[in-house]
Amino acid sequence: MEPISIEGTTKTPTVKFDAGSGKIEIKGRSIPENSIEFYKPLVDWLEEYAKRPMDKTTVNVQLEYFNTSSSKCILDVFKKLESIHKAKNEVVINWYYEEDDEDMLEAGEDYESIIRVPFKMIEIVE
Amino acid sequence: MSFDVHEYFSKLNGGDVLVAFKGSITTDLINNVLEEIEEKMDGVDEQAKIKKKVYNVLVESLQNLYHHIEELPDNLKNDFESKFGILVVSRENKAYRISTGNFISSEKIKFLKDKIDKINSLSMDELKDMYKFILNHQKLSAKGGGGLGLVDIARKTGNKLEYTFQHYQDDYYFFNLDVYITEEN
Repeated sequence: MEPISIEGTTKTPTVKFDAGSGKIEIKGRSIPENSIEFYKPLVDWLEEYAKRPMDKTTVNVQLEYFNTSSSKCILDVFKKLESIHKAKNEVVINWYYEEDDEDMLEAGEDYESIIRVPFKMIEIVE
Repeated sequence: MSFDVHEYFSKLNGGDVLVAFKGSITTDLINNVLEEIEEKMDGVDEQAKIKKKVYNVLVESLQNLYHHIEELPDNLKNDFESKFGILVVSRENKAYRISTGNFISSEKIKFLKDKIDKINSLSMDELKDMYKFILNHQKLSAKGGGGLGLVDIARKTGNKLEYTFQHYQDDYYFFNLDVYITEEN
């Protein structure tokens, strides 16, 4: 499978999806007016990846800002990961948040309570 | 007498103003405002988490405007450019106020008013549940709105949403929303 590698902008995140290593990374800002356009190819890629996933898939999400339009698309990404996990493959989601950013921690906990995949909340200390 | 939008904007645009705008709410405008506020907040002696909250809430406020602005009918169009909205970010005492305003047709007022009143009646825990429910059960609209913006704003600020609907002309009203970000909640 072709990896995905997208450079971040002021409104969209840096994305690195690599099937060979089972590493999924979303980093930066996700605040586009319409996030479906941006996330659709990522969700499609994961759908394909889910057919033959690595034994272990590691997901790193490190967002500085995300808007509510993105929040639903991120949930769609996580739901694909949940189906991979359900099929007895190891999946772990590392949710990074900056020191003192309680809103971002809480956002991670919201997802954790909806999605049946192990989450790790990781505080970034400057 | 119809509501004077410009006078209203002038009133808001006083005191310690960080950003003020009236006109078409476009993607470019949103980008410019976000860039401007980020630069300004960089120079302000303020806790990082408050700066983040202001930015976050501003993103939602602007995108709410962007997704929900209604065009005025032809006979009322002359005085305002298309996608007309207002935005003022200011500091008052120790709080940041984000004011937005846009035209709305009377038939949509009840839905919006009920939604805000409902949000204002909820505790923080109830807001969290509401957010998660909408996140998990409602589809995004074609425009990319998800019905989460106001809930998210209420959660992040911990303050009540203040609003007015002022009659403009015929079936059209001007909806103003004031959101406050305070130091501690």
